[in-house]
Amino acid sequence: MKMLINVPENVVADALRGVAAAHPELTVDVANRVVVRRDSPVADKVGLVSGGGSGHEPLHGGFVGRGMLDAACPGEVFTSPVPDQMTRAAAAVDSGKGVLFVVKNYTGDVLNFDMAAELAEDEGIQVGKVLVQDDVAVTDSDFTAGRRGTGGTLFVEKIAGALAEEGAPLERVEAMARQVSESCRSFGVALSSCTTPSKGSPTFDLPAGELELGIGIHGESGRERRPMMTSGEIADFATDAVLTDLDPDGPVLLLVNGMGATPLLELYGFCAEVRRVLDERRVPVARTLVGNYVTSLDMAGASVTICRADEEMLRLYDAPVSTASLRWGC
Amino acid sequence: MTDLTDELDAGTVFRWLTTAAASVEREADVLTELDAAIGDADHGSNLQRGFAAVVTALGKESPGAPGAVLVLAGRQLVSSVGGASGPLYGTLLRRTGKALGDPERVTGRELADALRIGVDAVAQLGGAAPGDKTMLDALYPGVEALSAGGPDPYAAARTAADEGAQATVPMRARKGRASYLGDRSVGHKDPGATSSALLFTALAGAVADE
Repeated sequence: MKMLINVPENVVADALRGVAAAHPELTVDVANRVVVRRDSPVADKVGLVSGGGSGHEPLHGGFVGRGMLDAACPGEVFTSPVPDQMTRAAAAVDSGKGVLFVVKNYTGDVLNFDMAAELAEDEGIQVGKVLVQDDVAVTDSDFTAGRRGTGGTLFVEKIAGALAEEGAPLERVEAMARQVSESCRSFGVALSSCTTPSKGSPTFDLPAGELELGIGIHGESGRERRPMMTSGEIADFATDAVLTDLDPDGPVLLLVNGMGATPLLELYGFCAEVRRVLDERRVPVARTLVGNYVTSLDMAGASVTICRADEEMLRLYDAPVSTASLRWGC
Repeated sequence: MTDLTDELDAGTVFRWLTTAAASVEREADVLTELDAAIGDADHGSNLQRGFAAVVTALGKESPGAPGAVLVLAGRQLVSSVGGASGPLYGTLLRRTGKALGDPERVTGRELADALRIGVDAVAQLGGAAPGDKTMLDALYPGVEALSAGGPDPYAAARTAADEGAQATVPMRARKGRASYLGDRSVGHKDPGATSSALLFTALAGAVADE
């Protein structure tokens, strides 16, 4: 597999050097792998820190900036960051008002953020934590590691970030983040496998004429494989999977997210089909976001995230945001 | 032949960990392939990075006690591996090392008891139990065979851990990323159990070299 890289070992550091070159509004510590708002710590503001394996760009580094995250900690490709990164980030962004960790529900992320929270608290930093677990493709039971965190992370970081920007205290920011997290459900499909730089060949074999329904953002298997379907049929399946679990009774936010290798032309066509399904089900869509936001390297495919939104959540979603990959109202 | 009354020093533990690093290096592709089947294709490269950091750290500092060597190695794994295996393997070595304490020489019996404390800490941190298709399925058989003593407990532990890892093939994963596969995880050997078995192989090798 051809890749635009130097050597597999350096992909994360190389990308961080690029982020530093392109975004003077960020402080990028390449050696310690922490991306921080340059104006950190922002006085009298709760700091939002997230992180996770690399390979999901622009998540999380692309969401660092005013109105969203204060810091992001990128791990190796598809590998959670280490506790040292999160404690370093927490120390850099804590104004004295505390720090909220936004954690996607994967065993590695949870363990490393837990260790980091302990270390940060030892240093006198107040730490709150919210788990994002929105993927309905996997069963949440005692027999699994619980639902995976995927596209809902964007809504959690945007909405909680806006509330933090207004100066709300940690308890309120944490409660809002939790409310958003509980209001989000996602479902993804893969048309092709991703390829990690270290392995250099596809993570899984997906025959040319098939797709994987319920794919995870690390190439983890989903619910089932089927012969290739049309955009409309995929929209029916994915949206139904989400609505079966969510059952919204009011306005929703919609994220139609690309996995990395699917052109926007196809994504917008898919968005139209998802909207058709939501219209048929009489689900009022208040806002729609289309693009590659929570990706899986070079995987082709898409995910649908739907988030129940009350007026306060809508107001915070609309609030100004200025990051590398999400920017409006400013 | 070494039994559990024989003593080990920091040098033995140092050799154990450098041997483990070498076998992780050699088996990295195999571990990553196993992980690609039921996880996310990075177990080999992650442990490679971690054990390389361990070897570097042990080259800079050379603690004089087996416990201190293990604590230092565990800290390195936590700080360099990431994923679930960083905290889990880091905890295994750190807690084993802490249980051994400061003595410059410890018996095999003391090591076996300390390892059990380390393995219990892994189980607690990960919330897993034997049979869940995790590293515990190699660690518990290994530590139990070691504790059982006998004429060659280290070789017995190596065999038991290997068999434990092999026994994960028909298991259905209940923890970690493979748990999402449900029944589709059946038929694959667990990468974490496989790397855990390497640790017992390395221990047997290091002790045999005494």
